[in-house]
Amino acid sequence: MASVSLRNLVKTYGKTQVVHGINLDIEHNEFVVLVGPSGCGKSTTLRMIAGLEPITSGDIGIGDNVVNELPPRDRNVSMVFQNYALYPHMTVRENLGFSLKIAHQTDEIIKASVINAAEILGLVELLERRPSELSGGQRQRVAMGRAIVRDPDIFLFDEPLSNLDAKLRAQMRIEIKKLHQRIKTTIVYVTHDQVEAMTLADRIVIMRDGLIEQQGTPLEVFETPVNTFVASFIGSPPMNLLPATISDSQDAVILTDGTSLLLPSLYKSKVSARQSIVFGFRADNLMPIGHGLSPGLETAQIELLVNLSEPLGTETILFGDIAGQEIQAKMFNPRPVSFGETLTCELNLSRCHLFDRESQERLR
Amino acid sequence: MNINQQHRLKRYFFKGGHLFLLFIAMSIICLPGLWIVLNSFRPTVEIMAKPPVWIPNSLSLEHYRAMFGSVGQGGIPVGRYFMNSLVISLTSTIIAMLVAIAGGYAFARYRFRGKSVIFVTFMLTRAVPGVALSLPLFIVFAKLGIIDTHFGLILVYVAMNVPFSIWLIDGFFRQVPKELAEAAEIDGCTRWQAFWKVEFPVAKAGIASAAIFAFLTSWNEYALASQLTRSVFSKTMPVGLLDFTSEFTINWGGMCALAVLMIIPALILTFIVQKHLISGLTFGGIKG
Repeated sequence: MASVSLRNLVKTYGKTQVVHGINLDIEHNEFVVLVGPSGCGKSTTLRMIAGLEPITSGDIGIGDNVVNELPPRDRNVSMVFQNYALYPHMTVRENLGFSLKIAHQTDEIIKASVINAAEILGLVELLERRPSELSGGQRQRVAMGRAIVRDPDIFLFDEPLSNLDAKLRAQMRIEIKKLHQRIKTTIVYVTHDQVEAMTLADRIVIMRDGLIEQQGTPLEVFETPVNTFVASFIGSPPMNLLPATISDSQDAVILTDGTSLLLPSLYKSKVSARQSIVFGFRADNLMPIGHGLSPGLETAQIELLVNLSEPLGTETILFGDIAGQEIQAKMFNPRPVSFGETLTCELNLSRCHLFDRESQERLR
Repeated sequence: MNINQQHRLKRYFFKGGHLFLLFIAMSIICLPGLWIVLNSFRPTVEIMAKPPVWIPNSLSLEHYRAMFGSVGQGGIPVGRYFMNSLVISLTSTIIAMLVAIAGGYAFARYRFRGKSVIFVTFMLTRAVPGVALSLPLFIVFAKLGIIDTHFGLILVYVAMNVPFSIWLIDGFFRQVPKELAEAAEIDGCTRWQAFWKVEFPVAKAGIASAAIFAFLTSWNEYALASQLTRSVFSKTMPVGLLDFTSEFTINWGGMCALAVLMIIPALILTFIVQKHLISGLTFGGIKG
């Protein structure tokens, strides 16, 4: 049980700097998800916490200790790898008990701990099998079991679900969340999948090009993204982002095709005349009239020419053009929509986002 | 004839052709060996017969009896040669494996300056024919006084086997995902423990096959051994074959009998180690 702190953490490979001095505090028992596109430095950061990757400069603290130079075995962390990294020449039982055996624990303790972990993860029947005889989901569970057995201060997960199929991934996501509730340990979890990040995290840390772009609870980063990158990365489908300009009178947003939309009241004092902006809104804030938005909201009407529709059952995702750019809208209580149909949609202005076009930062 | 029958006929034809070609290939590989075994059991008259006698008229252990018999009756110190071969081959294999495991691991896991140049240089040493080295080796060994010693031959065989073994073992370690060692380190192992407890056992099958190669190379080597050994104290079995030649005659039967004795340990060793060559041991630890 411990907190983790990263201070000005830098990692350089040769002349290429991949992590540019990040600062992050992870509290005791917190579930933090590092998320970002590939190459953003999230896995490198995790490996530095684990001690598998030497740091170039900065400090890593676990609990009250700075662990910069400690080898992995002295950090009391557990790690679940993307490819599981089970020991192929050992049975599940030996895999689970390996760390305790290395620590010269007695056979009774090893046996009890292995059984305990196996029971938590439903592995009891598989104990005598070898990894090659297990399915993907079972291997994943063994990898998690191996991490639990050590009773570590911190759990590190490096994209643990990316090799599973969609259904199993959803299932394992729930198991990981349950596991966290049960064993109450600090977890640092790396993924490129924003759905995983949203569903699992107490706090999401969004990284890009070796820097932290934003951190906050899943709802915070979803509702108030600090820039267009976070806005388009978090949320599915991604946020619609349209280039626009503020009108001379500073009360309207003009899209590139001349469409004028009322400036959301939230931004009244934050814009200047003829300012170049990026206008953002999520699919579920643009809906055909009568198909989702509750009355009484600050809205604008837009005609949407539908190019494609994706019926998902409870909702349908509509793909259409606004100002020459493809955007997505949602339709609740859906009815069949045909190609080329024009729908009058309502845009929920109170949930729209304005970003500066040059800096791509949120207007505040 | 409909199109399905045509295809079935075609398939039978190809299968028949395939088996026939395999038979020819196997005959080319196996016949000399078979001929040696056969010759070791029949009288010299039959061995030398023209046209060759394919089906032996009588089989006997005459050549073996003579070989193990006293010197005057065509006997040679088989036991001594066998021990020399065994000591030299085993020792050189063990040393070569220790060096090659360390080397192969380094090439597979670490990045260092001049890595590819060193690697290619190792491979180039294989391009030099062993016989071409015999004279320089003879001179150097003579000056060092290690001609006609076990040590000298062991040294030669280690040098011969290390580059190829490194190349093989490097390949096997590359197949072991590096995450396994990392997982072991996180599980509390030192780097050294992670190697011996995880990486080595996983690559064991490959290392065993490299060891067989090294052993057989040393066991069968003739050219250098014939130059660097002189007496019964260091002569290996391939060199011992020459004891059956004299100025005017060659004792083919005896030579074949000794050759059969040489083949037996190699066969036994291959079968023992083959059990451990369980392929696919590395599968399953990672995704797949």
